Amino acid sequence: MDQQKITAYGDELYEAWLACRPVRPLLEREPDITIEDAYQIQERFVARRVQAGETIIGKKIGATSKPVQDFLGVYQPDFGMLLSGMVYQEGDTIDLATLIQPKAEAELAFVLKADLKGPGITAMDVIRATDYVLPCFEIVDSRITDWKIKIQDTVADNASCGVYVLGKTRGDPRKLDITLAGMVLEKNGELFSTGVGAAVQGSPANAVAWLANTLGELGIPFKAGEVILSGSQSALVPVVDGDELVCTVGGLGTCSVKFSGRSKA
Amino acid sequence: MSMNVTLGREDIVRLCERVEGAQTRAYAIPKLTDEYPNMTIGDGYAVQLELRRRFLAQGHRQVGWKAGLTSKAKMIQMGVNVPSIGFLTDRMARPENSAIKTSDLVHPRVECEVAFVMKKTLKGPNCTRQDVLDATDYVLPAVEIIDSRFSGFKFDLPSVVADNGSSARFVGGGRARYPADIDLRTLGVVMEKNGEIVTLGASAAVLGHPAEAIAMLVNILAELGEELPAGSFVMSGGITEAIPVKPGDSIVARFQELGSVSMRFIE
Repeated sequence: MDQQKITAYGDELYEAWLACRPVRPLLEREPDITIEDAYQIQERFVARRVQAGETIIGKKIGATSKPVQDFLGVYQPDFGMLLSGMVYQEGDTIDLATLIQPKAEAELAFVLKADLKGPGITAMDVIRATDYVLPCFEIVDSRITDWKIKIQDTVADNASCGVYVLGKTRGDPRKLDITLAGMVLEKNGELFSTGVGAAVQGSPANAVAWLANTLGELGIPFKAGEVILSGSQSALVPVVDGDELVCTVGGLGTCSVKFSGRSKA
Repeated sequence: MSMNVTLGREDIVRLCERVEGAQTRAYAIPKLTDEYPNMTIGDGYAVQLELRRRFLAQGHRQVGWKAGLTSKAKMIQMGVNVPSIGFLTDRMARPENSAIKTSDLVHPRVECEVAFVMKKTLKGPNCTRQDVLDATDYVLPAVEIIDSRFSGFKFDLPSVVADNGSSARFVGGGRARYPADIDLRTLGVVMEKNGEIVTLGASAAVLGHPAEAIAMLVNILAELGEELPAGSFVMSGGITEAIPVKPGDSIVARFQELGSVSMRFIE
Protein backbone atom coordinates (compact mmCIF):
# COMPACT_ATOMS: atom_id res chain seq x y z
CA MET A 1 0.00 0.00 0.00
CA ASP A 2 1.44 3.38 -0.90
CA GLN A 3 2.34 5.95 1.71
CA GLN A 4 -0.35 8.36 0.57
CA LYS A 5 -3.13 5.85 1.25
CA ILE A 6 -1.62 4.85 4.57
CA THR A 7 -1.59 8.50 5.64
CA ALA A 8 -5.13 9.05 4.38
CA TYR A 9 -6.54 6.03 6.27
CA GLY A 10 -4.59 6.95 9.43
CA ASP A 11 -6.02 10.46 9.23
CA GLU A 12 -9.50 9.12 8.61
CA LEU A 13 -9.33 6.96 11.76
CA TYR A 14 -7.99 9.91 13.75
CA GLU A 15 -10.88 12.09 12.60
CA ALA A 16 -13.34 9.27 13.35
CA TRP A 17 -11.92 8.99 16.87
CA LEU A 18 -11.99 12.76 17.38
CA ALA A 19 -15.59 13.11 16.22
CA CYS A 20 -16.77 9.78 17.72
CA ARG A 21 -18.14 8.93 14.29
CA PRO A 22 -17.34 5.43 12.98
CA VAL A 23 -16.19 4.71 9.43
CA ARG A 24 -16.70 1.84 6.98
CA PRO A 25 -14.38 -1.16 7.40
CA LEU A 26 -11.08 -0.42 5.65
CA LEU A 27 -10.89 -3.97 4.32
CA GLU A 28 -14.20 -3.49 2.49
CA ARG A 29 -12.58 -0.66 0.56
CA GLU A 30 -9.05 -2.10 0.29
CA PRO A 31 -9.29 -5.90 0.06
CA ASP A 32 -5.51 -6.28 -0.37
CA ILE A 33 -4.51 -4.46 2.79
CA THR A 34 -1.88 -6.46 4.73
CA ILE A 35 -1.32 -6.60 8.48
CA GLU A 36 1.95 -4.69 7.92
CA ASP A 37 0.01 -1.95 6.09
CA ALA A 38 -2.45 -1.90 8.97
CA TYR A 39 0.32 -1.31 11.55
CA GLN A 40 1.55 1.61 9.41
CA ILE A 41 -1.96 3.07 9.38
CA GLN A 42 -2.04 2.64 13.18
CA GLU A 43 1.28 4.48 13.41
CA ARG A 44 -0.21 7.42 11.53
CA PHE A 45 -3.40 7.40 13.65
CA VAL A 46 -1.31 7.40 16.85
CA ALA A 47 1.07 10.04 15.48
CA ARG A 48 -1.87 12.38 14.95
CA ARG A 49 -2.90 11.96 18.58
CA VAL A 50 0.67 12.60 19.71
CA GLN A 51 0.83 15.73 17.50
CA ALA A 52 -2.35 16.88 19.22
CA GLY A 53 -0.65 16.68 22.63
CA GLU A 54 -0.86 13.13 23.97
CA THR A 55 2.12 10.93 24.84
CA ILE A 56 2.62 7.20 24.42
CA ILE A 57 2.65 5.62 27.88
CA GLY A 58 2.39 1.92 27.13
CA LYS A 59 1.01 -0.82 24.91
CA LYS A 60 -1.99 -3.07 24.79
CA ILE A 61 -2.02 -6.63 23.53
CA GLY A 62 -5.17 -7.80 21.78
CA ALA A 63 -6.52 -10.95 20.15
CA THR A 64 -4.87 -13.08 22.83
CA SER A 65 -7.66 -15.58 23.50
CA LYS A 66 -8.74 -18.49 21.37
CA PRO A 67 -12.38 -17.30 20.91
CA VAL A 68 -11.23 -13.87 19.67
CA GLN A 69 -8.58 -15.40 17.39
CA ASP A 70 -11.17 -17.79 15.96
CA PHE A 71 -13.48 -14.81 15.36
CA LEU A 72 -10.78 -12.77 13.62
CA GLY A 73 -9.29 -15.77 11.82
CA VAL A 74 -5.76 -15.00 13.06
CA TYR A 75 -3.61 -17.14 15.27
CA GLN A 76 -1.38 -14.54 16.86
CA PRO A 77 -2.06 -11.50 19.04
CA ASP A 78 -1.96 -7.89 17.91
CA PHE A 79 -0.95 -4.69 19.70
CA GLY A 80 -1.83 -1.03 19.98
CA MET A 81 -0.46 2.03 21.77
CA LEU A 82 -1.71 3.37 25.11
CA LEU A 83 -1.91 7.15 25.11
CA SER A 84 -2.02 9.60 28.00
CA GLY A 85 -5.60 10.60 27.17
CA MET A 86 -6.86 7.05 27.72
CA VAL A 87 -6.13 6.83 31.44
CA TYR A 88 -8.82 6.71 34.12
CA GLN A 89 -8.25 6.09 37.82
CA GLU A 90 -10.04 3.40 39.77
CA GLY A 91 -13.38 4.68 41.02
CA ASP A 92 -13.68 7.21 38.17
CA THR A 93 -16.84 7.39 36.14
CA ILE A 94 -16.24 7.03 32.43
CA ASP A 95 -18.29 9.38 30.26
CA LEU A 96 -19.71 7.22 27.49
CA ALA A 97 -20.24 10.28 25.28
CA THR A 98 -16.48 10.17 24.60
CA LEU A 99 -16.79 6.69 23.08
CA ILE A 100 -18.54 5.14 20.09
CA GLN A 101 -19.48 1.52 20.90
CA PRO A 102 -17.60 0.57 24.05
CA LYS A 103 -17.20 -2.86 25.60
CA ALA A 104 -15.20 -3.68 28.73
CA GLU A 105 -12.62 -6.42 29.23
CA ALA A 106 -10.98 -7.48 32.52
CA GLU A 107 -7.23 -7.89 32.27
CA LEU A 108 -3.93 -8.02 34.11
CA ALA A 109 -1.70 -4.99 33.53
CA PHE A 110 2.09 -5.08 33.81
CA VAL A 111 4.34 -2.17 34.73
CA LEU A 112 7.97 -2.67 33.72
CA LYS A 113 11.00 -1.65 35.74
CA ALA A 114 13.52 -2.48 32.99
CA ASP A 115 13.49 -2.16 29.20
CA LEU A 116 12.52 -5.28 27.26
CA LYS A 117 14.30 -5.46 23.96
CA GLY A 118 13.34 -8.31 21.65
CA PRO A 119 13.83 -10.55 19.78
CA GLY A 120 14.86 -13.38 22.08
CA ILE A 121 12.70 -12.37 25.06
CA THR A 122 11.11 -15.21 27.08
CA ALA A 123 8.41 -15.22 29.77
CA MET A 124 11.21 -15.48 32.35
CA ASP A 125 12.69 -12.19 31.12
CA VAL A 126 9.24 -10.62 31.41
CA ILE A 127 8.87 -11.60 35.08
CA ARG A 128 12.39 -10.32 35.77
CA ALA A 129 11.64 -6.96 34.12
CA THR A 130 8.23 -6.55 35.80
CA ASP A 131 7.93 -4.01 38.57
CA TYR A 132 4.35 -5.02 39.44
CA VAL A 133 1.05 -6.24 38.02
CA LEU A 134 -2.42 -4.73 38.53
CA PRO A 135 -6.03 -5.72 37.90
CA CYS A 136 -7.45 -3.47 35.21
CA PHE A 137 -10.27 -2.81 32.79
CA GLU A 138 -9.69 -2.01 29.18
CA ILE A 139 -12.66 -0.35 27.54
CA VAL A 140 -12.29 -1.33 23.92
CA ASP A 141 -14.02 0.75 21.28
CA SER A 142 -14.09 0.55 17.52
CA ARG A 143 -13.88 3.39 15.07
CA ILE A 144 -15.23 0.89 12.53
CA THR A 145 -19.02 0.78 12.08
CA ASP A 146 -20.79 -1.91 14.14
CA TRP A 147 -17.51 -3.59 15.11
CA LYS A 148 -17.43 -5.14 11.61
CA ILE A 149 -13.72 -5.76 11.92
CA LYS A 150 -11.21 -8.11 10.41
CA ILE A 151 -7.70 -8.25 11.79
CA GLN A 152 -6.48 -5.48 9.42
CA ASP A 153 -9.28 -3.14 10.54
CA THR A 154 -8.62 -3.55 14.24
CA VAL A 155 -4.83 -3.26 13.87
CA ALA A 156 -5.18 -0.03 11.86
CA ASP A 157 -7.62 1.23 14.50
CA ASN A 158 -4.98 1.00 17.25
CA ALA A 159 -6.13 -2.49 18.22
CA SER A 160 -9.60 -1.12 19.02
CA CYS A 161 -8.28 0.53 22.18
CA GLY A 162 -10.63 3.00 23.86
CA VAL A 163 -9.69 3.90 27.42
CA TYR A 164 -8.43 1.97 30.44
CA VAL A 165 -8.62 1.92 34.22
CA LEU A 166 -5.93 0.53 36.50
CA GLY A 167 -6.73 -0.92 39.94
CA LYS A 168 -4.74 0.18 42.96
CA THR A 169 -3.48 -3.14 44.33
CA ARG A 170 0.01 -3.93 43.10
CA GLY A 171 1.10 -7.56 42.89
CA ASP A 172 4.53 -9.11 42.53
CA PRO A 173 4.59 -11.84 39.85
CA ARG A 174 7.11 -13.70 42.02
CA LYS A 175 4.44 -14.04 44.72
CA LEU A 176 1.24 -14.20 42.67
CA ASP A 177 0.52 -17.12 40.32
CA ILE A 178 -0.32 -14.93 37.31
CA THR A 179 -1.03 -18.00 35.15
CA LEU A 180 -3.62 -19.57 37.45
CA ALA A 181 -4.99 -16.45 39.16
CA GLY A 182 -8.75 -16.48 38.66
CA MET A 183 -10.59 -13.53 37.14
CA VAL A 184 -14.11 -12.82 38.39
CA LEU A 185 -16.09 -10.12 36.61
CA GLU A 186 -19.26 -8.70 38.15
CA LYS A 187 -21.67 -6.28 36.50
CA ASN A 188 -24.02 -4.33 38.77
CA GLY A 189 -23.40 -6.76 41.62
CA GLU A 190 -24.09 -9.91 39.58
CA LEU A 191 -21.58 -12.44 38.35
CA PHE A 192 -20.98 -11.81 34.63
CA SER A 193 -18.12 -14.11 33.69
CA THR A 194 -15.08 -15.88 35.06
CA GLY A 195 -11.67 -16.52 33.58
CA VAL A 196 -8.06 -17.17 34.47
CA GLY A 197 -4.63 -15.86 33.46
CA ALA A 198 -3.92 -18.90 31.30
CA ALA A 199 -6.70 -17.76 28.92
CA VAL A 200 -4.13 -15.25 27.60
CA GLN A 201 -1.63 -17.18 25.47
CA GLY A 202 -1.20 -19.84 28.19
CA SER A 203 0.03 -17.11 30.57
CA PRO A 204 -0.10 -13.30 30.47
CA ALA A 205 3.74 -13.32 30.64
CA ASN A 206 3.79 -15.17 27.29
CA ALA A 207 1.73 -12.38 25.72
CA VAL A 208 4.12 -9.73 27.04
CA ALA A 209 7.11 -11.74 25.73
CA TRP A 210 5.39 -11.94 22.32
CA LEU A 211 4.96 -8.17 22.38
CA ALA A 212 8.60 -7.54 23.32
CA ASN A 213 9.77 -9.76 20.45
CA THR A 214 7.36 -8.24 17.95
CA LEU A 215 8.29 -4.69 18.90
CA GLY A 216 11.97 -5.65 18.76
CA GLU A 217 11.60 -6.78 15.17
CA LEU A 218 9.80 -3.56 14.28
CA GLY A 219 12.36 -1.41 16.09
CA ILE A 220 9.72 0.06 18.43
CA PRO A 221 11.06 0.77 21.95
CA PHE A 222 9.59 -0.96 24.99
CA LYS A 223 10.75 0.97 28.04
CA ALA A 224 10.82 0.74 31.82
CA GLY A 225 7.76 2.45 33.29
CA GLU A 226 5.46 1.53 30.44
CA VAL A 227 2.04 0.01 31.18
CA ILE A 228 1.15 -3.13 29.27
CA LEU A 229 -2.41 -4.42 29.11
CA SER A 230 -1.78 -8.12 28.55
CA GLY A 231 -5.09 -9.26 27.02
CA SER A 232 -8.66 -10.03 28.03
CA GLN A 233 -9.41 -12.72 30.62
CA SER A 234 -13.17 -12.19 30.54
CA ALA A 235 -16.06 -12.10 28.15
CA LEU A 236 -16.65 -8.70 26.47
CA VAL A 237 -19.16 -6.63 28.45
CA PRO A 238 -21.26 -4.04 26.61
CA VAL A 239 -21.69 -1.03 28.94
CA VAL A 240 -24.46 1.57 29.26
CA ASP A 241 -25.33 4.51 31.48
CA GLY A 242 -25.29 3.59 35.18
CA ASP A 243 -23.37 0.32 34.83
CA GLU A 244 -20.79 -0.53 37.43
CA LEU A 245 -18.18 -3.22 36.85
CA VAL A 246 -15.86 -4.88 39.33
CA CYS A 247 -13.16 -7.38 38.44
CA THR A 248 -11.24 -9.40 40.99
CA VAL A 249 -7.95 -11.14 40.28
CA GLY A 250 -7.60 -14.07 42.71
CA GLY A 251 -4.82 -13.44 45.22
CA LEU A 252 -4.38 -9.84 44.04
CA GLY A 253 -7.33 -7.47 44.32
CA THR A 254 -10.03 -5.62 42.47
CA CYS A 255 -10.58 -2.86 39.96
CA SER A 256 -13.91 -1.08 39.66
CA VAL A 257 -15.34 1.38 37.17
CA LYS A 258 -18.62 3.17 36.55
CA PHE A 259 -20.17 4.48 33.36
CA SER A 260 -22.48 7.40 32.68
CA GLY A 261 -23.99 9.08 29.68
CA ARG A 262 -24.60 7.69 26.21
CA SER A 263 -22.12 6.38 23.70
CA LYS A 264 -22.36 7.57 20.10
CA ALA A 265 -23.48 4.39 18.34
CA MET B 1 -38.45 -27.02 45.70
CA SER B 2 -41.11 -29.63 46.21
CA MET B 3 -40.03 -33.15 47.13
CA ASN B 4 -43.52 -34.45 46.42
CA VAL B 5 -43.41 -38.14 45.45
CA THR B 6 -46.17 -39.06 43.01
CA LEU B 7 -45.01 -42.49 41.83
CA GLY B 8 -45.91 -45.68 43.66
CA ARG B 9 -43.31 -48.02 45.10
CA GLU B 10 -43.60 -50.39 42.16
CA ASP B 11 -42.81 -47.69 39.59
CA ILE B 12 -39.90 -46.37 41.66
CA VAL B 13 -38.35 -49.85 41.88
CA ARG B 14 -38.91 -50.37 38.17
CA LEU B 15 -37.20 -47.09 37.25
CA CYS B 16 -34.40 -47.78 39.71
CA GLU B 17 -33.72 -51.16 38.08
CA ARG B 18 -33.64 -49.48 34.71
CA VAL B 19 -31.09 -46.88 35.89
CA GLU B 20 -29.05 -49.48 37.77
CA GLY B 21 -28.87 -51.67 34.66
CA ALA B 22 -27.73 -48.75 32.52
CA GLN B 23 -25.12 -47.73 35.12
CA THR B 24 -23.66 -51.16 35.77
CA ARG B 25 -23.66 -52.38 32.18
CA ALA B 26 -22.88 -49.00 30.60
CA TYR B 27 -25.63 -48.50 28.04
CA ALA B 28 -27.78 -45.51 27.17
CA ILE B 29 -31.51 -45.40 27.87
CA PRO B 30 -34.20 -42.86 26.91
CA LYS B 31 -34.94 -40.28 29.59
CA LEU B 32 -37.39 -41.58 32.18
CA THR B 33 -39.94 -38.82 31.57
CA ASP B 34 -40.59 -40.24 28.09
CA GLU B 35 -42.55 -42.98 29.85
CA TYR B 36 -43.50 -41.01 32.99
CA PRO B 37 -44.16 -37.46 31.73
CA ASN B 38 -45.58 -36.35 35.09
CA MET B 39 -42.58 -37.54 37.05
CA THR B 40 -41.49 -34.93 39.66
CA ILE B 41 -38.11 -34.02 41.13
CA GLY B 42 -39.31 -35.76 44.31
CA ASP B 43 -39.85 -38.91 42.24
CA GLY B 44 -36.34 -38.52 40.85
CA TYR B 45 -34.87 -38.41 44.36
CA ALA B 46 -37.00 -41.40 45.39
CA VAL B 47 -35.42 -43.39 42.54
CA GLN B 48 -31.93 -42.11 43.48
CA LEU B 49 -32.34 -43.08 47.13
CA GLU B 50 -33.60 -46.53 46.09
CA LEU B 51 -30.48 -46.85 43.92
CA ARG B 52 -28.31 -45.92 46.90
CA ARG B 53 -30.12 -48.46 49.10
CA ARG B 54 -29.35 -51.18 46.57
CA PHE B 55 -25.70 -50.20 46.16
CA LEU B 56 -25.16 -50.10 49.94
CA ALA B 57 -26.85 -53.50 50.25
CA GLN B 58 -24.32 -54.78 47.69
CA GLY B 59 -21.48 -53.59 49.93
CA HIS B 60 -20.67 -50.19 48.40
CA ARG B 61 -19.69 -47.53 50.94
CA GLN B 62 -21.08 -44.01 50.62
CA VAL B 63 -18.24 -41.48 50.88
CA GLY B 64 -20.18 -38.28 50.30
CA TRP B 65 -22.28 -36.23 47.92
CA LYS B 66 -22.00 -34.05 44.86
CA ALA B 67 -23.80 -30.93 43.71
CA GLY B 68 -24.67 -30.56 40.05
CA LEU B 69 -26.27 -27.90 37.81
CA THR B 70 -24.50 -25.25 39.86
CA SER B 71 -23.77 -22.73 37.13
CA LYS B 72 -26.28 -20.06 36.20
CA ALA B 73 -26.12 -21.11 32.55
CA LYS B 74 -26.97 -24.74 33.37
CA MET B 75 -29.79 -23.75 35.73
CA ILE B 76 -31.38 -21.52 33.11
CA GLN B 77 -30.99 -24.31 30.56
CA MET B 78 -32.76 -26.75 32.90
CA GLY B 79 -35.32 -24.22 34.13
CA VAL B 80 -34.43 -24.68 37.81
CA ASN B 81 -33.20 -22.37 40.56
CA VAL B 82 -31.54 -24.95 42.81
CA PRO B 83 -28.72 -27.39 42.12
CA SER B 84 -29.31 -31.13 41.95
CA ILE B 85 -27.44 -33.55 44.18
CA GLY B 86 -26.16 -37.11 43.92
CA PHE B 87 -24.45 -39.56 46.23
CA LEU B 88 -20.82 -40.71 45.89
CA THR B 89 -19.49 -44.16 46.79
CA ASP B 90 -16.08 -45.76 47.18
CA ARG B 91 -16.64 -47.63 43.89
CA MET B 92 -16.67 -44.33 41.98
CA ALA B 93 -13.33 -43.12 43.42
CA ARG B 94 -10.21 -43.34 41.28
CA PRO B 95 -6.71 -42.38 42.44
CA GLU B 96 -4.89 -39.34 41.15
CA ASN B 97 -2.71 -40.03 38.08
CA SER B 98 -4.48 -43.35 37.38
CA ALA B 99 -5.67 -44.94 34.15
CA ILE B 100 -9.47 -44.86 34.09
CA LYS B 101 -11.37 -47.44 32.05
CA THR B 102 -13.98 -46.11 29.66
CA SER B 103 -15.41 -49.46 28.51
CA ASP B 104 -17.67 -49.45 31.61
CA LEU B 105 -18.93 -45.92 30.88
CA VAL B 106 -21.41 -44.67 28.27
CA HIS B 107 -20.11 -41.25 27.18
CA PRO B 108 -17.88 -39.82 29.92
CA ARG B 109 -17.14 -36.12 30.35
CA VAL B 110 -14.82 -34.38 32.80
CA GLU B 111 -15.30 -31.23 34.90
CA CYS B 112 -13.05 -29.28 37.31
CA GLU B 113 -14.48 -28.85 40.81
CA VAL B 114 -13.50 -27.70 44.28
CA ALA B 115 -14.15 -30.53 46.78
CA PHE B 116 -14.77 -30.16 50.51
CA VAL B 117 -14.01 -32.65 53.28
CA MET B 118 -16.17 -32.02 56.34
CA LYS B 119 -15.06 -32.17 59.97
CA LYS B 120 -18.49 -31.50 61.45
CA THR B 121 -21.92 -32.82 60.59
CA LEU B 122 -24.15 -30.26 58.87
CA LYS B 123 -27.90 -30.27 58.98
CA GLY B 124 -30.34 -28.06 57.08
CA PRO B 125 -32.59 -26.23 56.56
CA ASN B 126 -31.07 -22.73 56.62
CA CYS B 127 -27.49 -23.92 56.20
CA THR B 128 -25.35 -20.97 55.06
CA ARG B 129 -22.06 -20.52 53.24
CA GLN B 130 -20.43 -19.61 56.57
CA ASP B 131 -21.82 -22.75 58.26
CA VAL B 132 -20.18 -24.77 55.50
CA LEU B 133 -16.81 -23.03 55.87
CA ASP B 134 -16.93 -23.50 59.66
CA ALA B 135 -17.66 -27.22 59.26
CA THR B 136 -14.97 -27.85 56.61
CA ASP B 137 -11.80 -29.75 57.50
CA TYR B 138 -10.10 -28.96 54.19
CA VAL B 139 -10.72 -28.28 50.50
CA LEU B 140 -8.97 -29.96 47.59
CA PRO B 141 -9.13 -29.94 43.80
CA ALA B 142 -11.13 -32.67 42.08
CA VAL B 143 -12.16 -33.83 38.64
CA GLU B 144 -15.59 -35.36 38.29
CA ILE B 145 -16.17 -37.82 35.48
CA ILE B 146 -19.86 -37.52 34.73
CA ASP B 147 -21.66 -39.98 32.52
CA SER B 148 -25.32 -39.49 31.84
CA ARG B 149 -26.98 -42.78 31.14
CA PHE B 150 -29.45 -40.96 28.89
CA SER B 151 -29.00 -41.03 25.11
CA GLY B 152 -27.12 -38.00 23.80
CA PHE B 153 -26.83 -36.46 27.31
CA LYS B 154 -30.45 -35.37 26.76
CA PHE B 155 -32.44 -35.23 29.96
CA ASP B 156 -34.65 -33.19 32.24
CA LEU B 157 -34.29 -32.61 35.97
CA PRO B 158 -36.38 -35.58 37.27
CA SER B 159 -34.48 -37.95 34.96
CA VAL B 160 -31.00 -36.69 35.84
CA VAL B 161 -31.79 -36.77 39.56
CA ALA B 162 -32.95 -40.40 39.21
CA ASP B 163 -29.66 -41.14 37.39
CA ASN B 164 -27.81 -39.91 40.51
CA GLY B 165 -26.87 -36.59 38.91
CA SER B 166 -24.88 -38.36 36.15
CA SER B 167 -22.30 -39.39 38.79
CA ALA B 168 -19.83 -41.95 37.49
CA ARG B 169 -16.24 -41.51 38.71
CA PHE B 170 -14.25 -38.90 40.58
CA VAL B 171 -10.62 -38.12 41.29
CA GLY B 172 -9.54 -35.99 44.23
CA GLY B 173 -5.96 -34.90 44.50
CA GLY B 174 -3.66 -31.93 44.44
CA ARG B 175 -3.04 -30.02 47.58
CA ALA B 176 -5.31 -29.95 50.65
CA ARG B 177 -5.87 -26.45 52.06
CA TYR B 178 -7.73 -24.86 54.95
CA PRO B 179 -10.56 -22.81 53.47
CA ALA B 180 -9.59 -19.84 55.67
CA ASP B 181 -6.14 -19.69 54.05
CA ILE B 182 -7.35 -19.02 50.51
CA ASP B 183 -10.02 -17.04 48.67
CA LEU B 184 -12.35 -19.82 47.55
CA ARG B 185 -14.33 -17.39 45.36
CA THR B 186 -11.59 -16.41 42.93
CA LEU B 187 -9.58 -19.60 42.33
CA GLY B 188 -8.50 -19.83 38.71
CA VAL B 189 -8.86 -23.21 37.00
CA VAL B 190 -7.50 -24.57 33.72
CA MET B 191 -8.29 -27.95 32.18
CA GLU B 192 -5.84 -29.40 29.67
CA LYS B 193 -6.60 -32.37 27.44
CA ASN B 194 -3.55 -33.91 25.82
CA GLY B 195 -1.53 -30.79 26.64
CA GLU B 196 -3.98 -28.29 25.19
CA ILE B 197 -6.18 -25.92 27.23
CA VAL B 198 -9.77 -26.98 26.52
CA THR B 199 -11.70 -25.04 29.14
CA LEU B 200 -11.05 -22.59 31.97
CA GLY B 201 -12.71 -20.36 34.53
CA ALA B 202 -12.74 -19.24 38.15
CA SER B 203 -14.54 -20.79 41.11
CA ALA B 204 -17.14 -18.01 41.38
CA ALA B 205 -18.79 -19.71 38.39
CA VAL B 206 -20.29 -22.09 40.98
CA LEU B 207 -23.20 -20.10 42.45
CA GLY B 208 -20.88 -17.16 43.14
CA HIS B 209 -18.89 -19.24 45.67
CA PRO B 210 -18.38 -23.04 45.89
CA ALA B 211 -19.40 -23.13 49.59
CA GLU B 212 -22.78 -21.75 48.51
CA ALA B 213 -23.35 -24.95 46.52
CA ILE B 214 -22.51 -27.09 49.56
CA ALA B 215 -24.97 -25.06 51.69
CA MET B 216 -27.70 -25.67 49.10
CA LEU B 217 -26.78 -29.36 49.02
CA VAL B 218 -27.18 -29.56 52.81
CA ASN B 219 -30.59 -27.88 52.53
CA ILE B 220 -31.71 -30.31 49.83
CA LEU B 221 -30.55 -33.19 52.07
CA ALA B 222 -32.74 -31.77 54.84
CA GLU B 223 -35.75 -31.97 52.53
CA LEU B 224 -34.88 -35.61 51.95
CA GLY B 225 -34.60 -36.15 55.72
CA GLU B 226 -30.83 -36.51 55.62
CA GLU B 227 -27.80 -34.72 57.04
CA LEU B 228 -24.24 -34.32 55.77
CA PRO B 229 -22.07 -36.37 58.14
CA ALA B 230 -18.61 -35.36 59.38
CA GLY B 231 -15.98 -37.01 57.16
CA SER B 232 -18.04 -36.59 53.99
CA PHE B 233 -16.29 -35.80 50.70
CA VAL B 234 -18.44 -33.27 48.82
CA MET B 235 -17.95 -31.96 45.30
CA SER B 236 -19.37 -28.49 44.76
CA GLY B 237 -20.13 -28.54 41.03
CA GLY B 238 -18.37 -27.93 37.74
CA ILE B 239 -16.44 -24.67 37.43
CA THR B 240 -15.71 -25.50 33.82
CA GLU B 241 -17.88 -26.96 31.08
CA ALA B 242 -17.93 -30.75 30.77
CA ILE B 243 -15.36 -32.03 28.25
CA PRO B 244 -15.85 -35.41 26.49
CA VAL B 245 -13.00 -37.93 26.90
CA LYS B 246 -12.08 -41.13 25.09
CA PRO B 247 -9.39 -43.81 25.41
CA GLY B 248 -5.92 -42.30 24.91
CA ASP B 249 -6.89 -38.91 26.36
CA SER B 250 -4.84 -37.44 29.17
CA ILE B 251 -6.36 -34.80 31.47
CA VAL B 252 -4.66 -32.31 33.77
CA ALA B 253 -6.73 -29.91 35.87
CA ARG B 254 -4.68 -27.04 37.30
CA PHE B 255 -6.05 -24.99 40.19
CA GLN B 256 -4.77 -21.76 41.70
CA GLU B 257 -3.56 -22.48 45.28
CA LEU B 258 -4.70 -26.14 45.14
CA GLY B 259 -2.22 -27.77 42.77
CA SER B 260 -3.36 -30.11 40.03
CA VAL B 261 -5.23 -33.36 39.41
CA SER B 262 -4.34 -35.64 36.52
CA MET B 263 -5.61 -38.86 34.98
CA ARG B 264 -5.68 -40.70 31.69
CA PHE B 265 -8.35 -42.73 29.96
CA ILE B 266 -8.03 -46.25 28.54
CA GLU B 267 -10.37 -48.75 26.79
